[in-house]
Amino acid sequence: MNYLNETIDSLHKKLADKELTSKELTEQTLAGIKEKDEDISAFITVNDAATDVAKKVDTEGIKGNLSGIPIAFKDNIVSNGIKTTAASKILYNFMPVYSATVLEKLESAGAINIGKTNMDEFAMGSSTETSFFGNTHNPWNLDYVPGGSSGGSAAAVASGEVVAALGTDTGGSIRQPAAFNGIFGIKPTYGRVSRWGVIAFSSSLDQVGVMSKRVEDSATVLSTMAGHDYHDSTSSEKEVPDYRANLDKDMSGVKIAIPKEFWHEGADPEVIKQVNAAIDVYKKLGATVEEVSLPTLKHAVEVYYVLASSEASSNLQRYDGVRYGFRAKDVKNIKDLFVNSRSEGFGDEVKRRIMLGTFALSAGSYDAYFKKAAQVRTIFIQEMTKVLDKYDLIMGPSTTSAAFKIGAKIDDPLAMYMNDILTIPANLAGLPAASVPAGLANGMPVGLQIMAKPFNEQAIFNAAYALQEENKFYEKIPTALKGED
Amino acid sequence: MNFETTIGLEVHVELKTKSKMFSPSPVAYGADSNVNTNVIDFGFPGTLPTVNKEGYRLGVMVALALNANVENHTHFDRKNYFYPDNPKAYQLTQHDKPLAHDGWIEIEVDGKKKKIGIEELHVEEDAGKNTHGNDGYSYVDLNRQGTPLIEIVSKADMHSPEEAYQYLEKLRQIVQFTGASDVKMEEGSMRVDTNISIRPVGSDVYGTKVELKNLNSFNFVKLGLAYEEKRQSAILKNGGTIGQETRRFDEKTGETILMRVKSGADDYRYFPEPDLPGFEIAPAWIKEIQDSLPEPAEKRRSRYVNELGIPEYDAGVLTDTKEMSDFFDEAVKFGANPKLVSNWLMGEVNAYLNEKKIGLLETKLTPEHLATMIKLISDGTISSKIAKKVFKETISNGTEPEGWVKEKGLVQESDPAVLTPMITEILDNNQQSIDDFKNGKDRAVGYLVGQIMKQTHGQANPKVVNKILMSELNNR
Repeated sequence: MNYLNETIDSLHKKLADKELTSKELTEQTLAGIKEKDEDISAFITVNDAATDVAKKVDTEGIKGNLSGIPIAFKDNIVSNGIKTTAASKILYNFMPVYSATVLEKLESAGAINIGKTNMDEFAMGSSTETSFFGNTHNPWNLDYVPGGSSGGSAAAVASGEVVAALGTDTGGSIRQPAAFNGIFGIKPTYGRVSRWGVIAFSSSLDQVGVMSKRVEDSATVLSTMAGHDYHDSTSSEKEVPDYRANLDKDMSGVKIAIPKEFWHEGADPEVIKQVNAAIDVYKKLGATVEEVSLPTLKHAVEVYYVLASSEASSNLQRYDGVRYGFRAKDVKNIKDLFVNSRSEGFGDEVKRRIMLGTFALSAGSYDAYFKKAAQVRTIFIQEMTKVLDKYDLIMGPSTTSAAFKIGAKIDDPLAMYMNDILTIPANLAGLPAASVPAGLANGMPVGLQIMAKPFNEQAIFNAAYALQEENKFYEKIPTALKGED
Repeated sequence: MNFETTIGLEVHVELKTKSKMFSPSPVAYGADSNVNTNVIDFGFPGTLPTVNKEGYRLGVMVALALNANVENHTHFDRKNYFYPDNPKAYQLTQHDKPLAHDGWIEIEVDGKKKKIGIEELHVEEDAGKNTHGNDGYSYVDLNRQGTPLIEIVSKADMHSPEEAYQYLEKLRQIVQFTGASDVKMEEGSMRVDTNISIRPVGSDVYGTKVELKNLNSFNFVKLGLAYEEKRQSAILKNGGTIGQETRRFDEKTGETILMRVKSGADDYRYFPEPDLPGFEIAPAWIKEIQDSLPEPAEKRRSRYVNELGIPEYDAGVLTDTKEMSDFFDEAVKFGANPKLVSNWLMGEVNAYLNEKKIGLLETKLTPEHLATMIKLISDGTISSKIAKKVFKETISNGTEPEGWVKEKGLVQESDPAVLTPMITEILDNNQQSIDDFKNGKDRAVGYLVGQIMKQTHGQANPKVVNKILMSELNNR
């Protein structure tokens, strides 16, 4: 199956018209993944049992709004009976005994879990290069990274392996790879989607979201999986709108803020050019665009890395070799078991962040690092809130550059961390944010980032849809895909 | 050189909830290993905690019963440390904003009353249990993992092992009467850690604190602290210094033994639990809990003395445990004479419990049955001799006394119309006894009563028999 020109609607039409059975659709999807993944390597695990689930759809017919639609899941979303690794050696053989709420909700709407996608180890990274299972390649240029940490999901969608995939976003892990792959990706408001069954990186920042070529497909999937879950005390009880049904591309009178700090000097001029062109589209469509300032943005990366690493250092302590996952061999005592399992099981980037976070939380540095960072976060939230009191949307580039070459930054953690500067603000403030394709810079995709008020995902979908309908970026075929000219 | 002792106690009490503090697994004893667990208790990837409101409510109950101020805005914190029985490698506790602070308990030592301060109380989750097999393996059982605990931290207000003992007795009693916990040391639903230091009298700096653990009864707490007082003062008298260490009490030798020397404070890297939002404790809820608090032991005791005419000492015994006091109140509610209920509970019932080495609730005796039996005695239906038989039957088999007495024909014979002919007949056949009586030999009366009892199978009312017999004898 080639999804490059498909949507959930077009697939449902084929199923309804009996042009295709659900079983055939799933079989063709598996075949498509097999073929394309020779170059892309988007998946860690492919669910070969998916055809059995598909047969059920054939007997029962299209019931849910995702009936028979194969969807890919980032490999930090636990799936009962299907290996879930978070792309780490420490969970290389981990078989969950329960499923994440998002997976259960999508499955009960008829979706089929087609497989688990590659990612940076424990979602720590911006290039999918820290995965224990090897690199994923950008379908626009195989020598380039797909971004990260949801690089596998982004590449799977961009290469037409699936129509939609779930990702998670802690500091930009959905939006940055969406931008790098020329697709749409949305991180909802913190609390919009249940985190139950999502392997925690940084609990106060993590949020599950969707990636798809078309805005309307992400809208369908997000409506289906969002909402309160008693398993997750941080999930909101606010009602979930039908984003798809409410899509409205009318931009007249919409007030857009553009923070001048997002156009900072380090940004690639080609990227800026594409983003500015996209913003001009909104002006043309009747929106008002005004420059604003977010002075605290300059501290966002530091604040983020202190808070995210602190929480991560605690969240990742459970991987100790005692109950599940990788266990070091030939240990003499319990301390060796802990130390050796963790030393051998975690990769460098994860260890770096565990050390950073452990340091930030330790008695001598808690006030200067963790507490200070939490305070600055509060100030930053106030700054963002103030802007959103006056404007409907905040827009800017999703990233400072387009995708980079595999290996270009992996040995320079600071350069890699700076990648996240434009996506971190939405996580720190808990705001919904998306990246929508804006154009190409030197042949690689560029994303426009759109942020909105808490729980106003609809405003983002509407704006993204308006741009999509203008630039029709989804018609572009990724340049590294074989036989797709 | 004279020394002054300073003692502080940290008491962990298990809160009596149906499910765990942060997961829906049941809380229950005696199950097979790892049966009462779920993915949360195992710390599986992706799991999240949810707060058990009932656990928190019981914590607030305890805090209020201990006169503490309940915090209105609070949150949980993570206490990070690695251990095989700690599956998340962090314990959820309240480090930053404890459930309540600044409470107190009044104790009495040598006739003098004294208030012992309580620094704070916080709710947290228990760890699992490790056991070390003879096969070279260690085993982890997570049934206990996540059981709600409240930690009660005293101020360093106690100055003798006896004060510590009285504090614990009083604490146990107060908590038990709230119904929030069983507070049983032997079952681990109450656990005590102590800190003790000594310093020369008049010194204004505290001595080095020694932590004493593994104390399985209040008595061992007292013995362990007394041993520490002696050990530490001997060291100081010999010019030595006290090490900052953790020691355990050895029940066999009565000594304390070094477990480990503390090298600086442990760093638990506490920080607010991001998976649980902070929460407000509404003053209205606190008031509701305050109003729902069961009558405490102190109040019951004075009610027994002042309203029911129970002697002071007896009232103390009756209010030693909540189960005894509840039982007493129930029996009185069923209309039995309070003094008689008290006498039975302190006499026959306690003797039975001691003999069988069981608790009151483990017997089949109900307050209603005890009350019925006492009424049967009071109205003369059964004799006190028969009553002992009835009691044995009721407490062992749970038999309803009134029906059983009738069924077994144990009702006392008090009717003079029945007894008089019997007595005259016996007198007619025992001229010798009548003569002896007339000659001043009182023994003869006993013999005659015995004959009557024999004939009535012990069911004749002795009072009525005596009265008829005396009048008959005097008429002859």
